[in-house]
Amino acid sequence: MGMRTIIPFGPQHPVLPEPIHLDLVLEDEKVIEAIPRIGFIHRGLEKLVEKKDYQEFVYVAERICGICAFIHGLTYSLAAEKLMNIEAPRRAQFLRVIWSEIARLQSHLLWMGLMADAFGFESLFMHSWRIREKILNIIEETTGGRVIFSSCKVGGVRYDIDNDTLKRIVRDLKEYEKEMRAVGDVFLKDSSVRHRLCGVGVLSKEEAYRLGAVGPMLRASNFAQDLRQTGYCVYGELDFAPVVHPDGDAYARCAVRIGELYQSISLIAQAVDKIEEGPIDVKLRGFPTGECFVRTEQPRGEVIYYAKANGTKFLERLRVRTPTFANIPALLKCLPGCELADVPVLVLTVDPCISCTER
Amino acid sequence: MASFKMSGILLKHLFRKAKTVRYPSEKKKMFPRTRGSIGIDISLCIFCGICRKKCPTGAITVDKPAKAWGIDRGRCILCNACVEVCPKKCLVMGNAFAATALTRDELRFRVEQSPVSA
Repeated sequence: MGMRTIIPFGPQHPVLPEPIHLDLVLEDEKVIEAIPRIGFIHRGLEKLVEKKDYQEFVYVAERICGICAFIHGLTYSLAAEKLMNIEAPRRAQFLRVIWSEIARLQSHLLWMGLMADAFGFESLFMHSWRIREKILNIIEETTGGRVIFSSCKVGGVRYDIDNDTLKRIVRDLKEYEKEMRAVGDVFLKDSSVRHRLCGVGVLSKEEAYRLGAVGPMLRASNFAQDLRQTGYCVYGELDFAPVVHPDGDAYARCAVRIGELYQSISLIAQAVDKIEEGPIDVKLRGFPTGECFVRTEQPRGEVIYYAKANGTKFLERLRVRTPTFANIPALLKCLPGCELADVPVLVLTVDPCISCTER
Repeated sequence: MASFKMSGILLKHLFRKAKTVRYPSEKKKMFPRTRGSIGIDISLCIFCGICRKKCPTGAITVDKPAKAWGIDRGRCILCNACVEVCPKKCLVMGNAFAATALTRDELRFRVEQSPVSA
């Protein structure tokens, strides 16, 4: 039995893209306990609903998180539409699904790069981001922005993509899929990567469920739950099954995210096949009233928006529960028992988005 | 063999053209939809002020008596809202990014309508 020491990890740490602080209680090199602290970058975006009217707030919602920007904007729009009892036209719904999946692709590729960087595989990091750059070009071509799409609005979408471009995008994505498989295979089959990831930070199915883990963290523990199965937008008409993995360790989380890349490409192809002609937005009349919950699946897991309106152009209250916040208890369960050198890798397997969490 | 998967990718890319753009000698390709910077055709502007009201960050200033229109590029988030609401379609979203500046004042852009000669 060694001496206990407390090592502060973060908020500034080379591996962390965003600030989270963990007090790691160590016994020799083994982590016994981790005590988290968040709140370094709280920006008070939820309070802004009192200053920005319900249509303008889409721009704020998109800026809650730079990586899942589109899905934040989409979820907010769905909430506002629910309060106003309107539904976006069918073509807009399909375009929303296509953009959501493109956002998921770029988010997972970004994560793969950061993960490779965390276990010290610099060239793998570069190659993950090389593919991501191509996805960003698709985003820029279709919406005008590279990170902030600004293409979703209350009542529909702001830009249309013509059918020829959509077909070309699917063709391009099928090409990129080959490159993704080559890079994904390195993550899944390379012996040095497997050595770092297999058996690290195991989270059992029961624990993942009990601790309220969401997204790839939950699915990697063999729990097939994906909010897209609830069929929001037009996900109900597309054929897919949640990507799951039985192991529940860091490798399983990696495998789930890589599996979701191919799933997203398949979903985009299906949506492009089924897309219908028609208008892309509806005219808004009146102001939102009542209150509602909306849940959607982000790259990191389930996001919940609660909105309350009082019939004026400003919402009364907005609350966002982001996936990283739900995954922090699961992370704290994973950490005890691992080596100090595995902590950066384990923190990244959650795909932490702290700006999201603190809003 | 599994351990040589990465070596294969690396070898392939060793003999290919670089994927990065050699800025500034080579410029990145812009798309027609790229949101770069807001421009105005001041001769068409009627100074209604709708763009100023719709701007989520309050970057636009419209001075009706002086017939001047201005934008603070440091505040503009390039959301395209002003271009969409402009009744005379005099605002345009250009696909080239605005030049960088050393001070915030240099980012403020203001243009006045010259009086029409009778």
